[in-house]
Amino acid sequence: MTQLVQIIGNVQSATIISVAIMLGLASFGTALSFSLLGGKLLEATARQPELSTMLMLRLFLIAGLVDAFAAITIAMGLLLLFGNNPLLNAVIKAAAPHVG
Amino acid sequence: MSFWHPTEGQYIQDHLMHYQLNLHTMTIGNGGFWTLNLDTLAVSIIVGVVFLSLFWLAARRVTSGVPGKWQNFVEYLVEFVQGLVNSSFTGKTTLVGPLALTIFVWVFLLNFMDLVPVDVMPAVLSFFGIHDFRGVPTDDTNLTFAMSITVFLLMIYYNFAGKGTLGFLKELTCFPFSKWLFPINIIFRLIDDCVKPVSLSLRLYGNLFAGELIFVLIALLPWWFQWTLGSVWSIFHLLIILIQAFIFMMLTIIYVSMAKTSHDES
Repeated sequence: MTQLVQIIGNVQSATIISVAIMLGLASFGTALSFSLLGGKLLEATARQPELSTMLMLRLFLIAGLVDAFAAITIAMGLLLLFGNNPLLNAVIKAAAPHVG
Repeated sequence: MSFWHPTEGQYIQDHLMHYQLNLHTMTIGNGGFWTLNLDTLAVSIIVGVVFLSLFWLAARRVTSGVPGKWQNFVEYLVEFVQGLVNSSFTGKTTLVGPLALTIFVWVFLLNFMDLVPVDVMPAVLSFFGIHDFRGVPTDDTNLTFAMSITVFLLMIYYNFAGKGTLGFLKELTCFPFSKWLFPINIIFRLIDDCVKPVSLSLRLYGNLFAGELIFVLIALLPWWFQWTLGSVWSIFHLLIILIQAFIFMMLTIIYVSMAKTSHDES
């Protein structure tokens, strides 16, 4: 029984660490790219204010591209964290007959 | 099946199931490859018919005098998309403008289904014996891939139509390196073109999947606390779905335009 608890604890801790890395890297990447993007927008608008609407439109286009993969990563991480963790289920299934 | 009081993991799992038709036995259930996701089909077709008929109505009742509110809105939308097509698409076309408008409005409306509270549609339909109904069609890779593969076919058509077969073959083998490196050129081109539909569809799917999952997680909170996170995420998500519809349209225009123009014109 203690063995099973140990195995489940191992899988859970690994899951939490991996989810933390996923969320952290995803938000880090978007934060970095959004700051670059916003800074460049301000620079470009300061240089040519008459283009600001066009630049704004392009900004949203690129913001969506930047945002997409971070959103996907965060969804995957939250699914692992709150949903039925398939890795944990597989481990429990495999370990159950041996431990009882 | 305890619909009203499931556990957390079970609740999330229930919301990620599709209402499927097995084409082998013509019964409800998963049939491997030969499966129709009935919920995706139903919602997307209903939304599409509503959108097209409303816009058709505006076109039927168009006046050159003082336009009504609806005609004004449709005109604004059409002119907005037409302007984008004119500025991003090289050359004249009568196909890409309507295509872009349809993609933009349809994808936006399909995404908008995500803002319907997550339990409304399943709860209403469970009274009619329909379980596991998933209300967001763009939250299904089948729909997003269907759309992006259609765009891909259009790209192939414009490759041949814009450059001719010979010009297309020339570009395939002699770009970006000289003709002596043609195997590498072909592999580059293959990767370049095949990544486009995959990224186009997975971007839309991933964003909507993330949005819906976070709505489902918010729905797991106690009822007196849901409105705080729910309203914040709804407002943010309204921006995201608009941007994703816009990106899908914009990239479609750009990809088709890139396929049509040849590289050695300049």
